[in-house]
Amino acid sequence: MKANVFKAMALIAVLTLGACGGKEQKKEEVKATVTSESKTKQLDIEKPQLTFGFIKLTDMAPLAIAKEKGFFEDEGLFVSVEAQSNWKNILDRVIDGQLDGSHMLAGQPIAAGAGFGRQAELVTPFSMDLNGNGITVSNDVWSKMKPNIPTGEDGKPIHPIKADALKPVIDDYKSSGKAFKMGMVFPVSTHNYEIRYWLAAAGIHPGIYTKENIQGQIDAEVLLSVTPPPQMPATLEAGTIHGYCVGEPWNQQAVFKGIGVPVVTNYDIWKNNPEKVFVMTKKFVEENPNTAIAVTKALIRAGKWLDTPGNREEAVKILSMSQYVGADEVVLANSMTGTFEFEKGDKRSMPDFNVFYRYNATYPFYSDGIWFLTQMRRWGQIPASKSADWYGSKIKEIYRPDIWEKAAKLLVEEGQIPTTDIPETDGYKPTTTDFIDSKSYDAKDPIGYINSFKIGNKD
Amino acid sequence: MSDKLIKIIRFIGLGFLEPLIRLSRGEETGKNITLILKKIVAPIASILIFIAVWQSGSDLLYNIEASHRIEKALKDQGQKAADEMKACIESGEISCQPNTLPSPAQVKESFKALLKDHKIIVADKKAFKEKTASLNKKRRADGKSEIVYTGRPSFVDQIKTSIKTVFAGFLLAIFIAVPIGIVIGLSDTLRSSINWLIQIFKPVSPVVWLLLVFMIVKTLTKDSDSDSSFIISFISVGLCSMWATLINTAMGVSTVDKDFINVAKVLKLGPIQKVFKVILPSSLPLIFTGLRITLSVAWMVLIAIELLAQSPGLGSFVWEEFQNGANDSNSKIIVAMFIIGIIGFLLDRIMLTIQNFVSFNKNEGV
Repeated sequence: MKANVFKAMALIAVLTLGACGGKEQKKEEVKATVTSESKTKQLDIEKPQLTFGFIKLTDMAPLAIAKEKGFFEDEGLFVSVEAQSNWKNILDRVIDGQLDGSHMLAGQPIAAGAGFGRQAELVTPFSMDLNGNGITVSNDVWSKMKPNIPTGEDGKPIHPIKADALKPVIDDYKSSGKAFKMGMVFPVSTHNYEIRYWLAAAGIHPGIYTKENIQGQIDAEVLLSVTPPPQMPATLEAGTIHGYCVGEPWNQQAVFKGIGVPVVTNYDIWKNNPEKVFVMTKKFVEENPNTAIAVTKALIRAGKWLDTPGNREEAVKILSMSQYVGADEVVLANSMTGTFEFEKGDKRSMPDFNVFYRYNATYPFYSDGIWFLTQMRRWGQIPASKSADWYGSKIKEIYRPDIWEKAAKLLVEEGQIPTTDIPETDGYKPTTTDFIDSKSYDAKDPIGYINSFKIGNKD
Repeated sequence: MSDKLIKIIRFIGLGFLEPLIRLSRGEETGKNITLILKKIVAPIASILIFIAVWQSGSDLLYNIEASHRIEKALKDQGQKAADEMKACIESGEISCQPNTLPSPAQVKESFKALLKDHKIIVADKKAFKEKTASLNKKRRADGKSEIVYTGRPSFVDQIKTSIKTVFAGFLLAIFIAVPIGIVIGLSDTLRSSINWLIQIFKPVSPVVWLLLVFMIVKTLTKDSDSDSSFIISFISVGLCSMWATLINTAMGVSTVDKDFINVAKVLKLGPIQKVFKVILPSSLPLIFTGLRITLSVAWMVLIAIELLAQSPGLGSFVWEEFQNGANDSNSKIIVAMFIIGIIGFLLDRIMLTIQNFVSFNKNEGV
């Protein structure tokens, strides 16, 4: 009797699956596709079938472009790209080997190497983009902030808007006993450091991390908490947070849905700051050196394609496909095609809002990585003080311009990019003062930089 | 012939078609027409009413959202902006469409779009196969694994993945819950000693089961390249849903008629024979009630689990569309909702059919 039951059940299972499978058999006639010859010289690929992860943000574009424009296949790589739910998940899946590589926050591989959060040996051979984030506040906060912002002759607020305009609002909240909460996407994300930098530059304390307080809310005047990027607008609408710092398209989405107003972009907080990186494990790169170079080659070509004038509109079409970013084309086009809409109707030109290739955007500069280490120390994510040498040697384990250079040289040989696109550098950018508070940053003196801030840990 | 047909449709839970068949044969015209009105026409009317309510509800929400937008533009930016917003909404331009509950027509459009998308992906798969054919031949000769399709799954693929996961989880639940249920049903001591375990684990949420399974599977599948998301999701589905079967089996086994047990004693059946010849057959109705609940719970928790485990099924489809927040995302979510509901209904019908098949008292499907 029981055996009969199982047989019947198995039969039904097979029938159900078979019925669904049957649909697939009714295929339409497929046009014969012409397989185009690869345009590049293929290396001896150790692992051609790869899976890469990403979060639904416009700065994952190099991955989508490299796949859709066939740059991966030109290198003999067969790549699936899969959307992931949050940054923690991405980090775990890369470390555990379910993903061969991924779009990641610049701070993630650095934190994994420096020992904050889950530890692992990750490497960054390719920097995905510059800029591309914004800080958005709710309509209510904006209406209270607006009177504090000087307006220009056209009656529009003068940019960049500093957090000084937000300070009275926060004081209001404090005196009425309410907490002022803002969202950022991950404890080691660029957004966390940017929003902290922006607030602290106006004397607003964003809170310090310690071993015991891993929320980073000691002494905080603004409580920062983690929300995955695609959920930011919904969380803001629900009133759980009063503002957030996130990448595109989630600032523009807030404008479109009429739930918030972007006040500042990270271009104004730190001009041409590094944003996302492409990360693989050290083990993967050592076991599959040619694959790593081939992936980097395809991504460099994708970056170049993205910054070639006239291609952004096609890029927006690709990104709006539901398997990539999936937001409406109009929303994506706002920031991707060189403009940024602040208040509804206040659309400003921002040609450098999303940079994928210009200014050597794809090269993994040590100095960019060290900036993240200095901010991790400043906010207590690195609990003990470190020597200046530690900063330099730590970043050299994680940032791997050597892989980038090998890939770029091959591309030069193939005539894909000009020699001038390879920067002559020791990996350190010159000292810069392109910050919202005009502070000077020299990556070769990390300790001096950390000590120059009024708010934050000092060594 | 026709009697047989009626028997079959009754058996598979489609009893409402019976009067239609009887009427076509000219039996008891008056009575059957009333039955048709009751069993076929009334449900269809209720579907129409449902769609009408839905339509008017979505219209209402649309208007609220639209007028809210216009008011906001008026308040923040003045009359001109408000007029512009109004014109923009009326023109149907995508950038200022109120984002709310989609109407039935929008959902239908999305369903068509998803089917079209499926056709495109099927074609794409075929092209990919042709493209990699020669390479795969070479890789096979070298003893390497073949290159598989790298594109995204279509909506239909996601439904298939979900069904596969549910059945794998369901089978797992059967293999765990039925034997354990029989063992603890036979022994009072055992039942009372592990009752706490059942009572504590039964109400645990699917999300927590997933995390627990994740902790274990992650360690066990270290160093293997295979994607563990399927394994994680089907084990979690199985563990979440097996409790109904476990409890019903134990209850069915422990309440077997004393007379049957005495007969078994008289016949001097061995313990294994006793279980298979006496206890199992007489507790089958209860076991199947449990299995039916298990399957519907499995389907229900599946969506939440897939969403978290990143298993490429319907759950992740819903989640991705929610995250996309595009203009047609809401209607795609509603499409998925109906598909989920209909499949859940079909699964229940299948179980009911099997239950009727194996149990003694054949009850008509509800």
